[in-house]
Amino acid sequence: MATAVIATSLEVKRLNAYYGSHLAVKDITMQFEPGAITALIGPSGCGKSTLLRCLNRMHEVIPHTRVEGEVLLDKQNLYEPGVDPTDTRRRIGMVFQRANPFPTMTIMDNVLAGVRLAGRPKGSASFEEIAEQSLRRAALWEEVKDKLQRAGTSLSGGQQQRLCIARALAVDPEVLLMDEPASALDPISTIKIEELLRELRGAYTIIIVTHNMQQAARCSDYTGFMLAGESATGELIEFDTSSKIFTTPKDKRTEDYITGRFG
Amino acid sequence: MNLRAKAVRAAWSQFMIVVSGVCAGACAAVLAIVVAYVIGKGIKAIDWTFFTKLPTPVGVPGGGVANAIVGSIEIIAMASLAAIPVGVLAGIYLALFGRGKLAALVRFFSDVLTGMPSIAIGMFAYALVVIPTGHFSAVSASVALAVIMLPIVVRTTEEAVRLVPTMIREGALALGIPAWKATLLVTVPVARPGIVTGALLAVARVAGESAPLLFTAFGSQFWSRGVGQPTAALPLVIFTYANSPYADWQQIAWGCAFVLVVLVFALNLTARLAFSSRVAAN
Amino acid sequence: MSQESVELARATPAPAAPPVRARTSPTGDRIFSFALFFASYVVLAVVAGLFIVLLQRSWPAIQAIGLRAFSNVWSPNDGQFGVLSFIYGTIVSSFVALLVAGPVGIGAALFLAELAPRKLAAPVAMLIELLAAVPSIVYGLWGLYALAPFVRTYVGPALQHALGFLPIFQGPIYGVGMLTGGLILAIMVVPTVAAISRDVFEAVPRDQREGMLALGATKWEMMTKAVLPYARSGVIGALVLGLGRALGEAMAVVLVIGNKPQIVASLFAPGYTMASVLANEFSEATGKVYISMLIEIGLLLFLVSLVVNVAARLLVWSASGRGAR
Repeated sequence: MATAVIATSLEVKRLNAYYGSHLAVKDITMQFEPGAITALIGPSGCGKSTLLRCLNRMHEVIPHTRVEGEVLLDKQNLYEPGVDPTDTRRRIGMVFQRANPFPTMTIMDNVLAGVRLAGRPKGSASFEEIAEQSLRRAALWEEVKDKLQRAGTSLSGGQQQRLCIARALAVDPEVLLMDEPASALDPISTIKIEELLRELRGAYTIIIVTHNMQQAARCSDYTGFMLAGESATGELIEFDTSSKIFTTPKDKRTEDYITGRFG
Repeated sequence: MNLRAKAVRAAWSQFMIVVSGVCAGACAAVLAIVVAYVIGKGIKAIDWTFFTKLPTPVGVPGGGVANAIVGSIEIIAMASLAAIPVGVLAGIYLALFGRGKLAALVRFFSDVLTGMPSIAIGMFAYALVVIPTGHFSAVSASVALAVIMLPIVVRTTEEAVRLVPTMIREGALALGIPAWKATLLVTVPVARPGIVTGALLAVARVAGESAPLLFTAFGSQFWSRGVGQPTAALPLVIFTYANSPYADWQQIAWGCAFVLVVLVFALNLTARLAFSSRVAAN
Repeated sequence: MSQESVELARATPAPAAPPVRARTSPTGDRIFSFALFFASYVVLAVVAGLFIVLLQRSWPAIQAIGLRAFSNVWSPNDGQFGVLSFIYGTIVSSFVALLVAGPVGIGAALFLAELAPRKLAAPVAMLIELLAAVPSIVYGLWGLYALAPFVRTYVGPALQHALGFLPIFQGPIYGVGMLTGGLILAIMVVPTVAAISRDVFEAVPRDQREGMLALGATKWEMMTKAVLPYARSGVIGALVLGLGRALGEAMAVVLVIGNKPQIVASLFAPGYTMASVLANEFSEATGKVYISMLIEIGLLLFLVSLVVNVAARLLVWSASGRGAR
């Protein structure tokens, strides 16, 4: 099933991210296992979303921001001068916390929006085939195959989010970033998204930010725990396989968070 | 005693509420009075002759304002062609990149420009176009009207684009869509109802403007011989005929007033009702 | 996918890294940015151009007449170009307009923002907005044929009867005159005052109002003690903007103000404003100085409006501490 190229590595080296003069994320170094699901957990404001946005160079879309350090995709630093952020974002896809289908487009056009406007990957099938493939991968095809010409916003919340996933998959990314993808959804839709994650595993390297620890424990292979101190600067406290983090965490702060003593 | 004070306060509150309602009602009433008067006097002038014939000399029946209608359309169309594209682009700039000093200046002076007297803008067009070219023209009138339309289009476009949730644009960028396409092909279409509303409102605003036309289009009793020549326009006809002592000319003035009011109201209502519902749906 | 297959995938040598793709459309980005920049500069260029062009064309008059322009006598055929009566007329008619439109506009705005039942507010607001949409020349026409006779027959005599001891209400009542001009301006200005005030009132946070109500205030007290103070600078801005509109209005006024360049106390007497003298005399003006003088009046109007509008915006900006808008 996997037609995507699996990146051999996604790595972060000494990453610092600033909003203006405020250091939001400090000195992050970690490696993401290709094809695995890595979760980033931590209390609100710990910088996990900021870190995520640094991976696909979306952090710099906000004015007055700065990133130092390296993000290596296939050993290539995405922050090297001369690297096109647009291209990076095609290779590293993103799904947002709230589903954001484009309101003026149909379901079909939404799925194909990236493909049409960001440039088609080489050697691809027709638009219809790409759309069907992406919708199938997002486990949405059966539900929308008869109403592809309806507005993207006519779907339910959970369906819209899967539409956004399909849209992200359509441009054939190597990595998929998900920023609390189910937090705005009802429990049933959340379960569907989690099932979808398990199906996508292996074909894509997935990094998911979540404040739901049970979700992280359920779905992910690896987990990184982040925490921001009084300076509101987030740091990576601990990073290990999910089973270890949630059963025998090494750092006391991790343990406190997991057992619910704070956050 | 406490209860009595309370009762007095409550009564006063009720009274002032009524007073404020009367204020609002008075405004609506004045509108109704003016519109009713214009319709009453104007509708008598409306007939086929009105729309199709040229003005005739005083006392000669059968005159119309066909040239003024065409002239108005010409002038407004040219003004729109200039003001709307520029205004939309500037509005997009303000909405998306409107943080720096340039943006603040543009925004500020856009607002200031909306308050400028239209007669002064007419003089500007006179000095800019009529003096160098040596004669009155529809083009100079369009320049004046374009200046009046510009800030309206800029600000309404800015508002419309601003209303598009950032998430939409970010969603487009996150797909690897280049920034300019994300703006033009994803964000702007979402804002389109608002942008069109703004354009319609700008047209409505200038459709009835007469002051800027006084020394630019100047008016004419005949078909204009081209856009570079004096041109008749509906608001000018009203001005010329309003003060005249001749009943048939006054009648035509009322007819023009009627047409202008209907046109302007139609534009306004279309803009606000037709498009606000779509914005709400989005 | 099982742990083993993941290991297997990692064990096989990785294919050569796909090259970083060339920029998709940097030219697209650049062209678009340029177009946006250019469009923005147009706005600034227009404002600057307005000033420069008007100044340039009024220079002959400024040179020839200079400060003598601030005299009382306007008689172009005799070479007299005193604009004081226009300035007086502009100020007085605008003042009358604000006196009427201010309270009415604010009252209407309060009603719409706070006190009206939901269903009534929207259509009434629309009607008030339509008041602003009526072309000024139509107001002038109506003013001439309907309002002026009404003032002459009813309003004037009533005012003279009740308040005739005041100089402003003395003298013959022609119908056309300063008062009628002021009233027409009031009608044209009230939508501006009402609309902006209403926006300002609606922007007052809910908790301000609810807090006041929770203390036992009546609805009106909540308005005057919670909403109005919070919105004060915005309301002042609305009034100043209304003033700006009144100052520059030409067509409605020119038909109802009588067009007589004089400074007289009576509101019933005909007068002249800067905008209406332009509307009335420009097309027939001959002679370089005459035309240039009229353009100078246009320049004056422009500058006065500029100052008033800038003041209004700055008022709102500084008092609310916000940046744009």
